[in-house]
Amino acid sequence: MSKEKKLKKPKIKQGRLEAREARVGYLFVLPWIIGVLAFLIYPLGQSFYYMWYNIRITPLQTKFIWVGTGNFTQIWLENPEFPKQLVTYIWQTIVEVPVIVVFALIIAMMLNGKIKCKAFFRLIFFLPVIIVSGPVMNMLVSEGASSIPAMNTQAVVNAMDSFLPYSVATSIGELFSNMIMILWYSGVQILIFLSALQKVDPSLYEAAKMDGGSGWECFWKITLPTIKNFILLNAVYTVIFLSGNEQNELINMIESAMFSGTKEKGYGYASAMAWMYAVIVTLIVLLFFLLLGSKKDVYDRMVIKRRRALKKEERLVKRIERRGERNVRKLERARKSHKYKTYDGNGDY
Amino acid sequence: MGNQLVVYALLICIGFVYLYPMLYMISTSFMSRDDLLDTSVKWLPSSLYMQNFIDAAKSMNFWSAFGKGILIAGLPTICNVFIDMVIGYGFARYDFKGKKLMMGLLIFSYILPSQVTMIPTYVLFNKVGIQGTLLTFILPALFGNGLNAPIFILIFYQFFRQIPKVLMEAAAIDGAGHFRAFFKIAIPSAIPAIVTVVLFSFVWYWNESYLTELYVQGLATKSNWVNLVVQLKNFDASFETRASVGDTATSLNESVRMAATTLTILPLLIMYLILQKQFVESIDRAGITGE
Repeated sequence: MSKEKKLKKPKIKQGRLEAREARVGYLFVLPWIIGVLAFLIYPLGQSFYYMWYNIRITPLQTKFIWVGTGNFTQIWLENPEFPKQLVTYIWQTIVEVPVIVVFALIIAMMLNGKIKCKAFFRLIFFLPVIIVSGPVMNMLVSEGASSIPAMNTQAVVNAMDSFLPYSVATSIGELFSNMIMILWYSGVQILIFLSALQKVDPSLYEAAKMDGGSGWECFWKITLPTIKNFILLNAVYTVIFLSGNEQNELINMIESAMFSGTKEKGYGYASAMAWMYAVIVTLIVLLFFLLLGSKKDVYDRMVIKRRRALKKEERLVKRIERRGERNVRKLERARKSHKYKTYDGNGDY
Repeated sequence: MGNQLVVYALLICIGFVYLYPMLYMISTSFMSRDDLLDTSVKWLPSSLYMQNFIDAAKSMNFWSAFGKGILIAGLPTICNVFIDMVIGYGFARYDFKGKKLMMGLLIFSYILPSQVTMIPTYVLFNKVGIQGTLLTFILPALFGNGLNAPIFILIFYQFFRQIPKVLMEAAAIDGAGHFRAFFKIAIPSAIPAIVTVVLFSFVWYWNESYLTELYVQGLATKSNWVNLVVQLKNFDASFETRASVGDTATSLNESVRMAATTLTILPLLIMYLILQKQFVESIDRAGITGE
């Protein structure tokens, strides 16, 4: 960092105070910089390196055998479980995230109204955040505590199977049979929505009511635009939560591949799996960004357009100036070499 | 009025659905084997049968795992809170080159699943020789890369940005240096954010079984650093081995498993009931939603 600043110094002359402030700022974030280098950048590079190798650990040494894309072809061609789980994961996430976010929003709106025992209800809806952990969930799911017995999910799956692809139908069926668990994942989201809703200016609603807006219209025209960013925040949070959750088969597969003593699996194989998984998760997050990211409103778009036009104009002016200078120089040179005469203002050529 | 009634009805129904697994778990955990087999016993066990809990606690090694769980969750939390506060303050208060890039990297490190970095980190810990000790959790936390640290850094960042800059300038004019301003002004004003981060960090570390099993216990070394959640994960196996020796009064059935689950979440449940206000209002006060 300091090297970079030394280089920069002559270019932009920073004020002394600013320079010192920046130095202190670096000092404050220094632990994080070290941490990122040691626990993010370095492992990331390492696992990128690992995934092209077959790594065999013998008591004496660790052997790296270059296999190129061998790990990938092996995963896709010889291990039917991983691609299958990957597809299931993608569909499940895409189906579950909207359900969780919408559910959280509905609960938050209900809690935001004028009701009694608000604290008590908040207590209940936040409770799962404390309890949710992989093993506890596994126990509850395996004992059948996660689904309401009265709900017949098989019928739902059968009904949908007729017009939807199999993987989509099963993930929707999964959704129904694990309804409670999915609702349990929405504790933090409810609280985030709740505190976002409380920040909506009530005078907006009053004004809308005066102009004859219904509650339905108020929701779509006032509430939703104001909390739009939080919908995105919650969606991203949910994706990350689902991806790191131990209910997720994929991360368990990666772990077991890492420690399986077989010849072809091992660190390299698991790294390749992990990288594919990470790319998928990032793509899903990006998808939600694209879907929910704040589209700029008309005013913003106009500002950007205008700024771009200004810049274009500036560039044009500069180009014309440069061309003018160049032409002047050319003319000067031509005159000096007496190639042709120009009018010098004195009456002769 | 009718509207209100609908809202109440919905809230109560959904609230019941929410609590259903908990109620099921608690009621099942008190059932003896006769109750389990008796179809007339649905929700209320015929007697308070405590043997399940005794058996489960024994095979989970409850007290040792409980104490170690507090250490496993507590020490990294302390590091997490302090370091993340320093980093968040650095990002919020100072301007320096590359800040935007660093913030981007921060968010990226949150989105990235930990599985990608897990294998080299495991190898690294092995090389340094701290596999199977608590240092595997403390060290990353000390360098701002603990469990969910990006969230906490962002919480502190948001919070410190709301402190008026004028206040800091006034302190500087009165002769307070950078560190003094941090300790005397920033930290005392950040108490709500600190409470939030402490609670969440503790709960998340407490509930983390995947990484605890991998790093702190060490899948290869199998040290005895184990928390309750990991014990619950391996409950079936450990119970079976004890039962085969004839050390248990009951065989493995759902009551025992539910008793073990109850025991696992009991400490947090008690903590939640005591600190409920802090938990529920935490997100409000930490200013995540602040602009």
